[in-house]
Amino acid sequence: MAVLNVNGKAVDYTADPNTPLLWVLREQLGLTGTKYGCGIAQCGSCTVHIDGAPVRSCSVPVNSVGDKKILTIEALAANGVLNKIQKAWVELDVPQCGYCQSGMVMAATALLAAKPNPTDADIDEAMTNICRCGTYQQVRAAIHAAAKA
Amino acid sequence: MTIQTSLGRRGFLVSGAAVAGGFSLGFHLPFEGNEAQAQAVKELNAWVVIHPDDKVVIRIARSEMGQGTLTGLCQLVAEELDCDWSKVTWEYPTPGENLKRNRVWRNFSTGGSRGIRESQQYVREGGATAREMLIAAAAKQWNVPAAECSAANSIITHKASGKTVTYGAVAAAASALEPPKEVKLKDPKDWKIAGKPLKRLDTVEKVTGQQMYGMDYTMPGLLNATVRACPVIGGKLKDFDAGKAEKMPGVKKIFAIDGNAVVVVADTYWQAKTALDAVVTNWDIGDLGKVSTATINAMLKEGLDAKEAFVGNKAGDAQKAIEGAAKKVEAVYSFPYQHHVTMEPMNATARYTADKCEVWCGTQNGEAALAAASEAAGLPVSQCEVYKLMLGGGFGRRGRSDYVRQAVLAAKQMPGTPIKLIWSREEDMTHCQYHPTTMAKLTAGLDAQGNLVGLQIRLSGQSILASLLPQNLVNGMDPIAFQGLMQSGVEAAYGYDIPNLMIDHAMRNPHITAGFWRGVNVNQNAVYMECFMDELAAAAGQDPLAFRLKYLKPKWAAVLKAACDKAGYGKPLPEGRFHGISQVMGYGSYVAGVAEVSVSKDGQLKIHKITAATNPGHVVNPAQIDRQVAGSFVYGLSAALYGEITVKDGAVEQTNFDSYNVMRIDEMPDVETVLVPTHDFWGGVGEPTIAVAAPAVLNAIAKATGKRVRNLPLMNNDLKKGA
Repeated sequence: MAVLNVNGKAVDYTADPNTPLLWVLREQLGLTGTKYGCGIAQCGSCTVHIDGAPVRSCSVPVNSVGDKKILTIEALAANGVLNKIQKAWVELDVPQCGYCQSGMVMAATALLAAKPNPTDADIDEAMTNICRCGTYQQVRAAIHAAAKA
Repeated sequence: MTIQTSLGRRGFLVSGAAVAGGFSLGFHLPFEGNEAQAQAVKELNAWVVIHPDDKVVIRIARSEMGQGTLTGLCQLVAEELDCDWSKVTWEYPTPGENLKRNRVWRNFSTGGSRGIRESQQYVREGGATAREMLIAAAAKQWNVPAAECSAANSIITHKASGKTVTYGAVAAAASALEPPKEVKLKDPKDWKIAGKPLKRLDTVEKVTGQQMYGMDYTMPGLLNATVRACPVIGGKLKDFDAGKAEKMPGVKKIFAIDGNAVVVVADTYWQAKTALDAVVTNWDIGDLGKVSTATINAMLKEGLDAKEAFVGNKAGDAQKAIEGAAKKVEAVYSFPYQHHVTMEPMNATARYTADKCEVWCGTQNGEAALAAASEAAGLPVSQCEVYKLMLGGGFGRRGRSDYVRQAVLAAKQMPGTPIKLIWSREEDMTHCQYHPTTMAKLTAGLDAQGNLVGLQIRLSGQSILASLLPQNLVNGMDPIAFQGLMQSGVEAAYGYDIPNLMIDHAMRNPHITAGFWRGVNVNQNAVYMECFMDELAAAAGQDPLAFRLKYLKPKWAAVLKAACDKAGYGKPLPEGRFHGISQVMGYGSYVAGVAEVSVSKDGQLKIHKITAATNPGHVVNPAQIDRQVAGSFVYGLSAALYGEITVKDGAVEQTNFDSYNVMRIDEMPDVETVLVPTHDFWGGVGEPTIAVAAPAVLNAIAKATGKRVRNLPLMNNDLKKGA
């Protein structure tokens, strides 16, 4: 048994120490909003925040996290109120199939926290998540909209 | 009855503190617990259920996979129902229930951009029938003629008496009435809900992590499994050694299925995957090991000049016309294998017992999944059921049920235990039904005035039908091979009127399984035809638009002109930027694109903008069409820029996004959608525009660099000056 700090709470889990954080979140803690897409830190579907920074959780061994604060998509809406990015996402109808969108929303939330008024170049640099439905145009528009909100 | 439902989007609450505690949190389990509710409230008909609190539940048979079909279909039903859109929610009927009810929901298959256009008539009738029954129930209650009552926004009004009643209050009484034999559907010009840019019905769940996909499904006692099939498609499993893997943590069982794959079942996916990595497998691949991209290409090249070919489109005598022409132009193009790469790798959960088999999965074809489950389980269809979950992308891949079959075969090894079988991305990448590879030799004759007098197109390459549905071949011919080049029809007809024409197909089928990939054969056929039209225009010394307009039939010409007008084609562009154009008809719609690109001195391509025009006949939701068009370019341009599945020693070489690249946001052009509906037919929108992306970009590149790229993907071509 080991402990992680997830979404503001200390939670117990049992897993081999080398298990990627992604699978501990999904399979041990039932937090399936964080998605498996590639397993090699390419697609970004598994993006969570660790101490506020966006991280691809498929490539983070759970034993390397220690007591750092993990934030997942499930806890982004504090007390049930969507954050700025989520609101903009809903307002601009961004998702299509939606499978990559947890990762997109986590990456965009981190971007806005670091750069409240991101330029297109900032967005290009920060939003390396893959979307196969092709929501990129809406993603960009929604980040700009959230920045103005 | 068993019904699946979505989370009601209104009244959505983010479940708080979905952290500690395990599997029960953060999930919405469809259909379970909803059964009692569905029984308590009687349906008005197969499509419409109205609850006493006025909630409208619309049943959707097609699968939502991002394309927006569920929102569009709900709009069509709601329009005829005259209900309050804010009260609308939706649910999936199950394929098993459909069979029990004599296929009352008709076709579940979701592909070919058919979701809306092929079900619009009967779903609208479902809405209209329900409305008439609600009005009749109110009229009966008030003892007035139904003809004196009207309905709007879920309220029925009797004007003379001023009486009103809500749908919810009369729904129970209405459900007991005989449905009207005939209903009159509204004229689309009177639409208030359909035709409008309404928001999707499935968004909030997708931005809060609450949306459950097949990958997220669980139930008590569920075990996780993963699979490794022979890396060479068609190869067999000789033997395997699981001695080490069996002893690894969490492992429950390791076994072979179908004589070509090994499955590990464990407590968690990660344990199963880790153990599978430790399984030693030996494969029997026979001569398939000699196949490579080079041998496949040689096979296709031979087809370019082969004597025998299936004729798909013919007029006059092309050969004679070209022989007698003042100028002859010839070019050979090629298009490689593509992978769908849905963001969610293939997966399915199955539970098998001696008398029942159930499957939970994302599928584009619930009924095919049901048939696959029945076959794999060895149980009659009536003892099987499929519960559809949200798809993390489909693009044609989830129209096949190979992953369902594997999950059922795995579950059969452990009766009573639900098994979730998950493919790794690597397994997914190497075991697909790939977009077929083809080549084309195009030969044309121009007269002295630069008029096109004859055209021959020899297609050579793989047939999807031969690979997946050989029973659908027509005397050996695959009609789908001619998509976009077909002689006639409402689906994918050729837009040019050329006096002497011959389009034929030399079928060459490598062992790599071919399948339906968003846009299917329209994609490469549009590249061949539309790039060659630019080559011909250049040879004739004419502008590509003017040259095309000499031969394009009116509906094709109109949409191309609309795209060009919007893009400012022919007007000066910023320094270094060039326009390329293309058009095609596919999936019942007419589409055209204008790409604006620049190529730097060192060969760097930048796609600045694509203006795309679509005539889909009727428009059900313009905002969703916008998104489908923009998204389709990401799909089409990813293929054009990077998409290439190659074969070595009989096996697919690419394994993940690091070896099969796709577009990211930094390469996304500005997409402007132009809708030019003519309101006289029903066309699809999920796919057609994909096909105009690549040729428009290639034509613009040719203008920018003088280089004619004829072999995709672009990454294999050097666009540098002088290269």
